[in-house]
Amino acid sequence: MTTVILLVLTGLGLSGLYFLVASGLSLVFGLADVLNFAHGLFLSIGAYATWWAVNNLPGASAEGWGFVLAALVGVAAGAALACVVELVLIRALYRRPIQQVLVTVGLSLAGVALLQAVWGADSLPFPRPAWTQRVTRVGGAAVPNAGLLLIVAAAAVLVALLVLLRFSRVGLVIRAGVEDRAMVTALGIDVRRAFTLVFAIGGAAAALAGVLAGVSFGAVSPGQGTSLLIFGFIVVVIGGLGSITGSAAAAVAVGLVQQFVNYFSPGLGDICVVALLAIVLLIRPRGLASLSGRVAA
Amino acid sequence: MTRLRRALPLAVLLAFAALPYSAVNIPGVFDGPLNSPGTLQLLAICLVFGGLATGYDLMFGRTGLLSFGHALYFAAGAYGTAILVDRTGWPLWVAGVVAIAAGALLAVLLGAVALRTNGIAFAMVTLAFAQVGAVAVARNPGHLTGGEEGIPLDGARLPAGLVGVVNTVNLYWIALAFAAVAAIVVHRIDASPFGRVLAAVRDDDRRVAVIGLNPYRFRLLAFITSATLAATAGAVYVLLVGGASPHVASSDLTLSLLVMVVLGGPGTRWGPMLGGALFAFLDNRLTALGSSDAVAGLPGVLSRPLSQPLFILGSVFILAVYFFPNGLSGVKAWMSTIGRALGSRRRSSPASSVVATVPAEPPHAEAGVGRS
Amino acid sequence: MTAPSPVPAPALLCVDDLRVRIGGSSIVHGVSFDVPATGVTVLLGRNGVGKTTTLKAILGLLPAGAQISGAVRLSGTSIAGEPTHRRVRRGLGYVPEDRGVFGGLTVSENLRLAERDGVNGRGPDYDTVYALFPELERRGRQRAGTLSGGQQQMVAIARVLLNSNRLLLIDEPTKGLAPRVVTEVADVLERVAAQVPILLVEQNLAVVRRLGQDAVVLASGVIVHTGPITDLLADLELTRSLLGVGHHQKPSPREAGVL
Repeated sequence: MTTVILLVLTGLGLSGLYFLVASGLSLVFGLADVLNFAHGLFLSIGAYATWWAVNNLPGASAEGWGFVLAALVGVAAGAALACVVELVLIRALYRRPIQQVLVTVGLSLAGVALLQAVWGADSLPFPRPAWTQRVTRVGGAAVPNAGLLLIVAAAAVLVALLVLLRFSRVGLVIRAGVEDRAMVTALGIDVRRAFTLVFAIGGAAAALAGVLAGVSFGAVSPGQGTSLLIFGFIVVVIGGLGSITGSAAAAVAVGLVQQFVNYFSPGLGDICVVALLAIVLLIRPRGLASLSGRVAA
Repeated sequence: MTRLRRALPLAVLLAFAALPYSAVNIPGVFDGPLNSPGTLQLLAICLVFGGLATGYDLMFGRTGLLSFGHALYFAAGAYGTAILVDRTGWPLWVAGVVAIAAGALLAVLLGAVALRTNGIAFAMVTLAFAQVGAVAVARNPGHLTGGEEGIPLDGARLPAGLVGVVNTVNLYWIALAFAAVAAIVVHRIDASPFGRVLAAVRDDDRRVAVIGLNPYRFRLLAFITSATLAATAGAVYVLLVGGASPHVASSDLTLSLLVMVVLGGPGTRWGPMLGGALFAFLDNRLTALGSSDAVAGLPGVLSRPLSQPLFILGSVFILAVYFFPNGLSGVKAWMSTIGRALGSRRRSSPASSVVATVPAEPPHAEAGVGRS
Repeated sequence: MTAPSPVPAPALLCVDDLRVRIGGSSIVHGVSFDVPATGVTVLLGRNGVGKTTTLKAILGLLPAGAQISGAVRLSGTSIAGEPTHRRVRRGLGYVPEDRGVFGGLTVSENLRLAERDGVNGRGPDYDTVYALFPELERRGRQRAGTLSGGQQQMVAIARVLLNSNRLLLIDEPTKGLAPRVVTEVADVLERVAAQVPILLVEQNLAVVRRLGQDAVVLASGVIVHTGPITDLLADLELTRSLLGVGHHQKPSPREAGVL
């Protein structure tokens, strides 16, 4: 029983990580039709910026509020990078999705190489607060605090996104734009501004994922972004492009499946996740979100 | 004029075949004379990637399938051959053929599933499948794959004619043969009814369905052919570099293939071959450049990124997507436009590149990429 | 001093030699017409002649690969080349053929989305809209995707009435609707037309007869007839040859000339 609790909670922690990566991807693709291969860079930048802040920024440290400051620096870096990418690279190719994808592919190759150039190809130890390395007893199971932190952070981001989408004007524009972008412009709305915002949100969420991944795994490396990104893509496609709740549901499914199966047979979990992707797509090519008949939030 | 045009590729092939007999030195481009082992090795790698890219373009440029998991089949050929040579007593050519067959079988199974989706979903499924392969290779089940370090090809198990620096020339000819085969296969398909159906599937598969043909079967066939060429490339590659290592299964490799094909010009006759060869060449040379004294002398801000070939290649690619959406053939198209303006009659390259056709406003989140 | 002779009111919208190519085929080959500042101008023609394409070209809503040439002027200002949202903000209201209602949003959210400053400088006019469409106020929290076709049409029309616009572009508003609903829509449009000019694409001749003032008839991407609606509809043979409705008769020389 304790094993089950442990697996469920650590699995959900993984789900949280995937959701943070996937949420931005899902919105960006749903709204702007951009398959952003460079999303993994936002992840890495978040981690590396936090690492840099802890080591260089006065007031930032690996503990307590100092760490919160460092993490904020990381998240801000992710959001900023995302804005720059959207404004400089993506916007000029508006309405040309294939060229946009190709540009993000080039960017991901060049970006990872740049990270390697600056910080080296090997993993760096990630500074993290001591309490994240401890465990909490839940129903007899010793659950790593890092995992619990991931669950809380992901849940908070999910709620914040749903609130934004449901109650704000820009959220309205995003929801409508995911359904029919052309019609939104026909109502006199400059939908490109929403693109930049969605990119920035995605970048911030991914950066947060990068920071928390660093906290979870204790290390950060240039290739980390790419491997997490692939799972992010899987979650987005299973959940339905443009749907936040879909991504959340898919992230839960993927995280739990992976964690449970890997426990019984290491490595098999990844294969099961991929099989899950294939099955969902064969039955419902638009992803889980199309089950409820809606596609946005 | 046309007969000369048709003879040109054959002439180029013969020239390449005769290359190892020439001691011509091209300083700056190659480190040694053309018949030196180092240069031959580099050329051979360029040929392998040229052929690999051509095979990839059969799917991408000619059938409109955007696969992010092509490296899986390349790795199947490479690792398959290495493992079989290592673990069984089979001669090299048997191991190679079996590995290629295994790669083809894998393509049949995975392709059958993946092709039931299209557009983004297809891209993601292929990416996911390849990721499983990459993870499997890294996890080293049963110590088969050698994990991080890969599997070296034991020279003792290989035919004597292929071992040793002095025999690099033989490896070169094998690579040349592969590139020629890949080109022949793809060009033959282009000219055949099968190829015309593929082009129709790429442009609008409803047209194909309406005349009673099943687009799925044609895509699957293109997929399998492409994957088999990739597995063959893998087998040749492992021979060239002396072993298999995890990077042949990485998503970076597939992304690089995409870059190669787009730079060369998707759907064009020789574009992918040129793009693949050029990319491999630049990758090699830029690594050398990066560790050279010239770059090391630059301030750290410049020297460190420049020492990473993928940084330069990735950035160049971004610029190319902006200014040359048709790839190298875009340059050819420029030239023929100028030529036409000057009154001479030139045939411009087939404007069938996927990138150049600015697609229509995608209806919501449906097949935004790959239009398959 | 003699009184100056009356100058004809300048056209609100001028379309001049509009040509549209999509994917290698030419859809519109040089269309020119004016839309006056009052009344309803109807764009007529059989299916597939380029009516919707013309509307979309005016708004800038054609797919990215389309090649468009020709001038589009709103009150003398050229708007071709501007992005759609900027053209719309000059006071254009669009009701597309498929209504363009956002199914995942509620009715009131659909209306809220459409809010912007009208050309009269005032904010959204919910009073007028709810007076015309009390049903929408009642169903405010209902998801628009669950509405009937006729109700969705009301939402689509309400959206363009929320702000004061200079010109409404409406594409086949009665398509696919039950006869009773068609009458309701026509009633609404008649009241609207009294306030703001409309460029209407419509195939239902009864509606056309009721609302229309001027006709612009398209065939195969070119204009084949312009003139008052009443004159066109009074000429049964002309109507039949241009629009394909009515009984089959022996082709007349005039028809041969027109076609």
